[in-house]
Amino acid sequence: MLGNFDFDVIRRSLPYLFYEGMTFTLTLTALSALGGLIFGTAIALMRLSGYKTLGRIAGLYVDFMRSLPLVLVIFWFYFLVPYIGQWLTGASRPISVGAFASSLITFIMFEAAYFSEIMRAGIQSISRGQPAAANALGLTYAQTMRYVVLPQAFRNMLPVLLTQTIVLFQDTSLVYVLSIPDFLGAASKVAQRDGRLVEMYLFAAFVYFTISCVASFGVRRLQSRIAIIR
Amino acid sequence: MNYNWNWGIFFQPNPMGTGTYLDLLLSGLALTLETAVLAWIIALVTGSIVGVMRTLPSKGAYWFGFAYVEFFRNMPLLVQLFLWFFVLPEILPRAAGLWLKQLPNAPFWTASIGVGLFMSARVAVQLQAGIGSLPRGQKQAATALGLTTVQGYRYVLLPMAFRIILPPLTSEFLNTIKNTAVAITIGLLELTGQARSMQEFSFQVFEAFTAATILYLLVNAVVVTGMRILERYVAIPGYITGK
Repeated sequence: MLGNFDFDVIRRSLPYLFYEGMTFTLTLTALSALGGLIFGTAIALMRLSGYKTLGRIAGLYVDFMRSLPLVLVIFWFYFLVPYIGQWLTGASRPISVGAFASSLITFIMFEAAYFSEIMRAGIQSISRGQPAAANALGLTYAQTMRYVVLPQAFRNMLPVLLTQTIVLFQDTSLVYVLSIPDFLGAASKVAQRDGRLVEMYLFAAFVYFTISCVASFGVRRLQSRIAIIR
Repeated sequence: MNYNWNWGIFFQPNPMGTGTYLDLLLSGLALTLETAVLAWIIALVTGSIVGVMRTLPSKGAYWFGFAYVEFFRNMPLLVQLFLWFFVLPEILPRAAGLWLKQLPNAPFWTASIGVGLFMSARVAVQLQAGIGSLPRGQKQAATALGLTTVQGYRYVLLPMAFRIILPPLTSEFLNTIKNTAVAITIGLLELTGQARSMQEFSFQVFEAFTAATILYLLVNAVVVTGMRILERYVAIPGYITGK
């Protein structure tokens, strides 16, 4: 029962939970979102490039990643990245990759598939006249994308991209399966050490809920503010 | 890559004494499908109820639906499973908590209900959008014909709305299958869990994960094909997807 709910264990572990756990979670979220966006935009451009093979490869990658559970992908990269590192550097044995680097690579590769679909929709929402006008002005393909198409696509898709980032923020909790001390991992460590599962998991749930709620409220406001500019 | 490939590993007996390693993975696949189907039933039923509530004229029903969706959408699935699995038995009255803890197959029930409720919020949002996409005249016509609210939903609004949202529901079902893998954290030995235990017993990590990957891709392909057929079968005449 909740009668002997121990607030003190939460207070005592606050520094550990936030300085170590939440810092890890937020850094991982931010860097993965950034990397996923860059990589995802590249994939979207490949799909829309008009070169059949290039588009086919990008499409296969997206479909492949989207058919697999994130947990399986996390395991895949955790075991695969040391071998890829060995192959790239020509070392004699699989190189050791830190927990953070391994999960960062995983999330960038995984989220790129999702971000690419958003960016593809964004690029397709730009009217044909825009790239045609850029072409008429003598801009190259790279310049057209850089100065005309991508800024608008990014802007149109900003709410969706941010919503996906909130999903990503929640998904980073899955690095728990590698016993990495992200926010949930840190809470779980304290919970098991002190035998305080109820307090720690309820607190973790409360923190995730608050952050996601505030963030999605912010996204909704942003959406209503930029929706009018047309 | 200096990795010792051994594809014959699948036909060697597994240390659990339940046949070969392939049998181990297939039993995981079966459990993944069972969990996903039960979770999907829960998601569809509760999601539909909540989705309908969000479209009712009653303010109370709307706010309940809103709170329900926000509650299940703003917490990671993993945290929700932990709440159901570790926290719920502790905060219930002692007898009920004890009964929950001694339940056989607790990870299976927890995963089905946990994933089901998590997905139900998404189903609710889709259904609300589906009902919202219908022309206002449909509801008014139902009322004009003397149908009660329940009849209006049963015979007019829902049959249309469900057929319109079938494509997004397909991807939500695929998400349900994928999300069952999160239950590995509460000890459910579904496909990803069995691949992981095969890796731990045999050290053939890449063979195990490759097999699991192929099985997930196959399940995906089967579901997508099946739903395409269903979509064509129930397509609404006159809509873009219809005949």
